[in-house]
Amino acid sequence: MIASLDLLLSQVAAGLLVVLLVPLAMTLLRMLRGPTYADRFVALDMLTGLAVAMGALTMAATGRREFLDVALGLAIFGFVGACALAAFLERKGGDKP
Amino acid sequence: MTLVIAIVGIVLKLAGVVFLFAAALGVLRFKDVLQRMHAATKAGTIGAGLVILGSLASASDVETIIIGLLAIVFLLFTAPVAGHLLGRAAYVTGAPLQSFASEDPLVSILQQRKRPPEWQDQAVDAVVESAGRS
Repeated sequence: MIASLDLLLSQVAAGLLVVLLVPLAMTLLRMLRGPTYADRFVALDMLTGLAVAMGALTMAATGRREFLDVALGLAIFGFVGACALAAFLERKGGDKP
Repeated sequence: MTLVIAIVGIVLKLAGVVFLFAAALGVLRFKDVLQRMHAATKAGTIGAGLVILGSLASASDVETIIIGLLAIVFLLFTAPVAGHLLGRAAYVTGAPLQSFASEDPLVSILQQRKRPPEWQDQAVDAVVESAGRS
């Protein structure tokens, strides 16, 4: 009973991991399409959230708890990256005449 | 008891995936930068948090649960900061926005460039207008 329950949990997680590929593709499409840098950075922010969720689901699917550390690290680096990109974008030169 | 925990975990994971799906749909379909960010930061954060919470249902030791809760807290703290910085940068660089319902309230506070930096070298007024409309 307990073993089959664990199997069910990991299989549901694996299925949801596949389902998450659809939002991933949609976000990627926005990143390719732009049209401005700000749109691409917003898409990158969204991608970070998706990556964190996929890390957590991978932990549930494989039962290895290291993947949760991966998710936490991705969240930290995604935050730092979004801040840095926003600062660079704001600093980038003024209007050309 | 374990059955209850498992079902709660599955429901949380499903809800998180639905939120992430809605967020990605918003990022793809909304019309300007700030609307897209509205989808990405709020729905994206709650979706990722719910998925982490649901994944903790299959965790066995306390250590894993603590790390998962820390990740959720970190996401909740950092999403508004990153969103604020990105939104400010988007406004200041002059990304095309949908028309405001009233007057632009930031007009005397932040200086807005006329067009985003990647379009400055082209003859772009037509491009800016078509991007604002579509």
